[in-house]
Amino acid sequence: MMLTFKEDRSLFPETGKDGKPVIDWESGKFTKIWQGPVHPGMTGNMSLELTIQGDEIMDCVTHVGYLHRGFEKLMERRRFIQCFPICVRVAVPEPDFNEYCLASTIEELGGIEVPEAADWMRTLLLEMSRLQSFLAQMGGQGSSFGLGLIGQWTVWARDLVLDRFEEITGGRVYHMHMPPGGVRSLLPAGFEARMTDTLDKISGVMEEVERVMLNNSVFKTRAIGLGYIDPKWVDEYGITGPNARGAGVPKDVRKDYPYLMYDKLDFDVHVEYESDVFARTKVRYNDILTTIDLIRQIVPRIPKSGEFMADVPNVLHWKIPYGETYKRAECTRGEYGYYTVTDGSGYPRRINVRGPSYTHAVTLMEKMAINLNIADTAGVMSSLHTYPPEIER
Amino acid sequence: MSLKDVLMPFTAWGNLFKEPVTVKDSRNVEAAPRYRGFHVNDVDTCIGCGTCEEICQNAAIDLVEVAGRDAKEGDSGLRPMIDYGRCCWCALCVDVCTTRSLGMSNEYKWVSSDPEDFRFVPGVDEKSWNDNNKGYFKMDGYDLYSTERVEMGELHPEERDKSFVEMIQGFSKEQAQKEADRCVACGICTATCPAHMGIPQYIEAIRNDDLEEGLRILYETNPLPEICGRICTHKCETVCSLNHKGDPLSIRWLKRYIADQIPESKYKEILETENITKNGKKVAIVGAGPAGLSAAHYLALMGYEVKIFEVQEAPGGMTRYGIPEYRLPYEMIDKDVDYIKSLGVEFQFGTRVGVDVPLETLEKEFDAVFAGTGLHLGRSTRVPGSDHKRVYQAIDLLRDVSYGKEIDLAEKVVVVGGGNVAMDITRTIARLQNKKFGKVNVTATCLEAEGSMPADDEEVIEAREENATIDPGWGPQEIIVENGEIKGLKVAKCLRIFDDEGRFNPSMDMENQKVFEADMIVESIGQAMDISYTDNIKEKLTFGPRGRIQVSPDFQSNIPWLFIGGDIIQGPDVIHGIANGHKAAKGIDKFLKSK
Repeated sequence: MMLTFKEDRSLFPETGKDGKPVIDWESGKFTKIWQGPVHPGMTGNMSLELTIQGDEIMDCVTHVGYLHRGFEKLMERRRFIQCFPICVRVAVPEPDFNEYCLASTIEELGGIEVPEAADWMRTLLLEMSRLQSFLAQMGGQGSSFGLGLIGQWTVWARDLVLDRFEEITGGRVYHMHMPPGGVRSLLPAGFEARMTDTLDKISGVMEEVERVMLNNSVFKTRAIGLGYIDPKWVDEYGITGPNARGAGVPKDVRKDYPYLMYDKLDFDVHVEYESDVFARTKVRYNDILTTIDLIRQIVPRIPKSGEFMADVPNVLHWKIPYGETYKRAECTRGEYGYYTVTDGSGYPRRINVRGPSYTHAVTLMEKMAINLNIADTAGVMSSLHTYPPEIER
Repeated sequence: MSLKDVLMPFTAWGNLFKEPVTVKDSRNVEAAPRYRGFHVNDVDTCIGCGTCEEICQNAAIDLVEVAGRDAKEGDSGLRPMIDYGRCCWCALCVDVCTTRSLGMSNEYKWVSSDPEDFRFVPGVDEKSWNDNNKGYFKMDGYDLYSTERVEMGELHPEERDKSFVEMIQGFSKEQAQKEADRCVACGICTATCPAHMGIPQYIEAIRNDDLEEGLRILYETNPLPEICGRICTHKCETVCSLNHKGDPLSIRWLKRYIADQIPESKYKEILETENITKNGKKVAIVGAGPAGLSAAHYLALMGYEVKIFEVQEAPGGMTRYGIPEYRLPYEMIDKDVDYIKSLGVEFQFGTRVGVDVPLETLEKEFDAVFAGTGLHLGRSTRVPGSDHKRVYQAIDLLRDVSYGKEIDLAEKVVVVGGGNVAMDITRTIARLQNKKFGKVNVTATCLEAEGSMPADDEEVIEAREENATIDPGWGPQEIIVENGEIKGLKVAKCLRIFDDEGRFNPSMDMENQKVFEADMIVESIGQAMDISYTDNIKEKLTFGPRGRIQVSPDFQSNIPWLFIGGDIIQGPDVIHGIANGHKAAKGIDKFLKSK
């Protein structure tokens, strides 16, 4: 017999005119507790200020914490090239999307055409970034329901991807391989064979993840029906990526607004319709398989030699003419974008980061937490896949 | 939910029988070959340009003095110190390093209980990774600024071989800004320039399209930008940090670009010199060359009444009478000089001090005297036959050409010398031969071997483009004269120029001789000074090695009212002359104010 938490938890309290629950502190029925911060690398430095009745959440206020704040302002006070060591820290587990989006806004405003080899390299780096980020999330998703083994497997698999990053870029976490104009280098000798070996190993791990996590009665019992996202919220709150696709909305920047070399690649967008934690996990699982396939398509098409960096103005005093642009990319969590405004000086006038975490972690979490059991909060939070520095950026 | 969902998770137990993937000794895992680990620096290649410091957004790099490394030409003597409390290992410092000396080893393990250890000078402080060759270094083909010069438009050899039209066409605005963009503003050039011009600053003005500001910066240290922008020996470019991995910046042409764009009529307004308050004191200047003009300019700005006495009929000194017009048009000299004239500086041409006006008169009529009389006498090889009437000094011929006189041109000419003046006369003769005979037959030869000629490489290349023959590495032995006519120059292969003690003492291979056929020989092996105007006060002056008058750092001689500078003190070089004139003007001001 399976245990479920399907009973209606929304009988109490009443909601006021503003849609917020009416909390009568005098009644003595409510308790305020804080969940988190727990771990700065995942969602942990973000805290939830919970008002509970028993083990049920009545109200939730999100606090994004003090880790890595104010990136946008830091960048506005630096030369364009100096923004790169900063922008990668906006989303620690996915630095490459920040690099790509910022570089491409600068390239567009500065009139720089990137060599084709660099575009292939960038496509590879972004897919590798998606792969390692998905693997980290998958481990976190399992762990949030007590499946620690999944974390051990996927974090090991992620490390294999970081090994490949290390040999291309010289860095494991912050790669900084996409300066405006191109990339720092092409692939090292023998990379294709090592990447193929890595992908084979990860494919093997994913088969096991499918058996142990997706075909797991405990996981299913807890994840199915949990953390429901109403499809109408997708546009209402700006939900993108797997969170939207798990709700049956096929949003994917790679297909909707193709960039880099994605229009030359063969892949499908995965959609699930149940809109719960389990559906989102399945979308991410299939995305991992797609990403593995995409990397297998990309690597042989990267030129072994030739131009990989455009002739850029001297980065020490590169002034970019007045203008504004928005560039986006599909990261693991949805649409990532940089809105950059230039005023003809050597510094960006305004950089605004559109990270998916803001909409997902703040607006959505505050909505979804209502009537949730405390024990499920971590699972729901994890299924939203958010990175706090991206929120308080 | 199905039975499969209950049973499948147990398949994880199958992993119990697999080889664990745990790294047994994680401390000994080697990083990838291109890992961005701890910094290394080849301190012998590094020039301390500070570009790494400039780009570091964390301010993790400071340029510091290093024991045993002194500043020298092209090297600030400083080296980068990295603070690992701030470094984020982005490697942008490696990317912009102008000499490619800075890199990162792939070493990443380092334990120390002393926090100070984490601030160190790579390549100087003993670190275990100093000899590690693996790690992050900038890849070929990846540059964050252009390493190639913007091409300068110049007349094609066929267009210039019969005329004296200026051959270098100068930068357009787009070209100048693109070239200026390459500058990393390290300032190594400023340290090397004898006048210490604010080179990064005026290059920045070009980038900002603020040429008026550029002109103001030029005139802070150099009142002859049109002249200097064309024929300066550009030591700044030789030491330019970009020279280490690409083409050096075209600093000279950029300077010319600023001056070329602004008409002389606007100078006074831009430089705010419309109203100069006079101080009632008078200074005489002997010689209207770069040193004299420079001294006159700065003295005039200080309020002195300045009068220049010049033996020739026009100002410019060696720049007018020693440099052909295709390199430096006379109107450009006039532009620089006209502005100096507009400051109230008087000129008295055709007056030889010591003959037409005694130095004693100048002493009486003026409060101080500055002499910058230049090197206007040629030197002879003194080989047999060098006293023939068709053996000329290059400097005399160039002067005659400047005056528009017709020179005694032969169909076959040999020039002895390998410096810039030798190239000037060679190319001048080539043009004149082309005009007169329709063909070129001029050969320049010198002691120095190919590649080590004292002339600028571009001068040698352009001379060859103009069909002159350059045959270096030969020492003149005799000018062959038959029946009163020159037949040629006999030369022997030069084995070495300096002896073991570094003294000029050429040795020849007398078994390897040949004759350059010629009807006329031009000697261009250096210039000498004529300071006969000091004959009456000679005993009061102190002379140093090579017969040069010794002066103080302010260019003041032993006779307090007499200041001396320019080529006769520190030449031959226009920028040294300008710098001397500037310093002497300040010295004169100091001297007169203290009287």
